[in-house]
Amino acid sequence: MIVKLAWKNIWFKPLNTILSIILLTASVAIISLLILLQEQFEKQFSSNIDGVDVVLGAQGSPLQLILSSVYQVDAPTGNISYDEAKTWMKHPFVKSAIPLAFGDNYRGFKIVGTTPDYLEKYGATVSEGKLFQKDFEVIIGSEIAKKLNIKVGDKFFGSHGDAAEGEVHEEFAYHVSGIAGPTGKVIDNLILCNIPSVWAMHDAHEHAEENPEHGEEGHIHFEGDEHEHHDHDHQAETSEQGKEITAVLIKFRNKMGFVTWPRLIAQNTKMQAASPAIEINRLFSLFGIGLQALQYLAYGIMLISGISIFIALYTTLKERKYEFALLRVSGASRLQLLNLVLFESILLCVVGFIFGTIVGRVALLLISSSTDQEYKMTFNPFAFVWEKEGILFLAAIFVGLLAAAIPAVKAYRLNISKTLANA
Amino acid sequence: MTLSMIQTKNLAFSYSGKVNFNFPDISLESGQVLLITGGSGKGKTTLLHLLGGLLKAQSGSIRIGDTNIESLSDKNLDKFRGKNIGLILQQSHFVEAFSVLENVVLSSWLATGQKAEEKATSLLTELGLADQMTKLTSRLSIGQQQRVSIARALINEPQLLLADEPTSSLDDENAFKVADLLSKLSKEYGAALIIVTHDQRLKDRFSNQITLL
Repeated sequence: MIVKLAWKNIWFKPLNTILSIILLTASVAIISLLILLQEQFEKQFSSNIDGVDVVLGAQGSPLQLILSSVYQVDAPTGNISYDEAKTWMKHPFVKSAIPLAFGDNYRGFKIVGTTPDYLEKYGATVSEGKLFQKDFEVIIGSEIAKKLNIKVGDKFFGSHGDAAEGEVHEEFAYHVSGIAGPTGKVIDNLILCNIPSVWAMHDAHEHAEENPEHGEEGHIHFEGDEHEHHDHDHQAETSEQGKEITAVLIKFRNKMGFVTWPRLIAQNTKMQAASPAIEINRLFSLFGIGLQALQYLAYGIMLISGISIFIALYTTLKERKYEFALLRVSGASRLQLLNLVLFESILLCVVGFIFGTIVGRVALLLISSSTDQEYKMTFNPFAFVWEKEGILFLAAIFVGLLAAAIPAVKAYRLNISKTLANA
Repeated sequence: MTLSMIQTKNLAFSYSGKVNFNFPDISLESGQVLLITGGSGKGKTTLLHLLGGLLKAQSGSIRIGDTNIESLSDKNLDKFRGKNIGLILQQSHFVEAFSVLENVVLSSWLATGQKAEEKATSLLTELGLADQMTKLTSRLSIGQQQRVSIARALINEPQLLLADEPTSSLDDENAFKVADLLSKLSKEYGAALIIVTHDQRLKDRFSNQITLL
C-alpha cells in the first residue's frame, strides 16, 4: 500500500516526475552505453590480438599497421618483399608466422591471401566444404556467408582495392570452397584464399592493363614497375620470386623476440615490427580520455537529476504536510512517512534506470548497425556487464536516497498537531 | 455502573511555558455526544489534539477504553490512534493522488494492515457517496469531502470520534446533514463523540456541552 501510494503520488504531479525521469534516463543511458561499448570494444580488440606478438610490415604508422593487418579496419601501410620477410619468418625466435596479402574485396569484404594457419590462429573451423587448396579457392567468413547468403560452390568476382566500388577483376572468378565457423573475431568478416591467388589475380590484372595504376599502397603489385613490364615471362604459374605481401603476423617462442625484434627489424630492413598489445593500449588510452569525459558528464547529469528530484520533493512538501499529518492521524507511524518519501524517490530512480538501460541499448543497436556497415564490427546490445551496471544501479539508488534524505527527515519530524491547528 | 469510554483527569498543557491551559475533566460513554465550546484561544483545538494523542499533555491523564494513552510509546500511540480514534477536521485533507474509496481504504490499512474495501464501500454508500467513490477527492464539493472524512474516521470503528469544527465551512443544509450523520453513526458504531465547535447550529442541537473559559 505504501508502494502503491508512492507510485500514485509520483504520477500525480507528472511534470516534475517526467523531468526527473528524463534526466535520470539520459544519464543512465549514456553510462550504460559507454560501459557496454568499452567492454565489448576492448574484448573484440583483445581477442583478436591473441597469438600475435608482433606484426611485420611496411614502415609507417605502427598503429596503422596493427589496425590494418590485425583488425582489417585501416588501409595497410604498404607492401614488403616476400623474400625478405621469409628470411625473418625463419628466424630462430619465431614460433609461427602467418603471411597476409591484401588484394581485393567482394562487396566491401576483404579478400585476404594467407595460409591455413590464419584460420587456426583464430580457432576457426571449416563448417562447410573444405579449405582452399587451389588458386582462387576461397573460404568465406561465417558472417559474410550469412549476410550475402553465399554457399559452397558459388563463384564471384573481386573488386580491386578495399572499396566495394573498385574496379572489378573479371579475369578470374573466386570459387567458394568452404565456409568458416563463427568465432566472433575479425575472421568472420573476411574472405580467405591462398597468397598465390592474390598474386595471380594481379599478375593478370597488370598484364591486361596497358597503363596500370600504381602507387596505391597496400595493394599487391608486381615487384617490378612499368620499366620492368616488358621483361615478364608470361608464365601461368606464379613463382614466389620477387613477390610482395602486406604483413606477417609473428608469434615468438619466448620473450626475447618481443624485446629485440623492433630494433632488429628497424636497423636491418626497411620494414617495421609493431606490437599489437602496445599499439592497442595506446589507442585505448587515447579513447579512454574521451570515454572518461563522457562518463563524468553522464554522472553530472545524474547529479542534476538528483537535484531535480530533491527540489520536486522539497517544494511539494509544503502542500503535502497536511497529507502527511492526515496519514499520521490515520495511524501511520513516523517511519512509514519516512519510507514513503524515500520510496517515491527510489521508484523514480528505478524507473529512470530501467528506461536508461533500455535507451542505452537501443543506442548501441543503432551504433552497432552503423559500425557493422563501416567496419564490419558489431556490438551485442543484449549483453549485460553485471558488475559495472550493478554499480550504476546502486549509484542511481544512492542518488535517489540522497535526494530524498532531507524531505524524508522533514516528513519524519512533522509536528502533526501544529500542522493541523494552523490549517 | 458502566465504565465510561473516555475519561480525563486534571489535564494541563502549556505552549512553551507562556500560554497555560487547565482543562475540565471529561467523562463520556459510548454513543454519547459532548460539545466543547468556547472563544478563540481558549484551547479547544489543543484539548482535541490532546484527546487524539496528537499532543502530549503536561500533566493529567487520558483513558480511552482501558488504555492510558499517555503511557504509550510514540509508535504504539500511532497504532492506537489509527485503530481507536477517528478524527474529523474543519478542513478535510486527503491523499490527493488517491480516489475517494482508496482514501478510506488507506485508513483501514494504516490502522489494521487490512484493506477493508467492502466496509468502505458500504460506509460511503450509507453516506450517500456511492457515485463518487472512484473520483479524486478534489473533485468533490466541500460537503461531500466532509462526509468522506466521516467515512474515513469511522472505517476502523473507533471508540472515540473527535470532530474539530466539522460544520464551520458548510451551509445550513450540509451542516445539519453532517450533524445528523455524526450523531447517528457514532451511536451505530458505539463511539463516544466529542465535537469542538463555536457553531451556534450545533450548540442548538446538542445539549451536552462544556464551555472552556
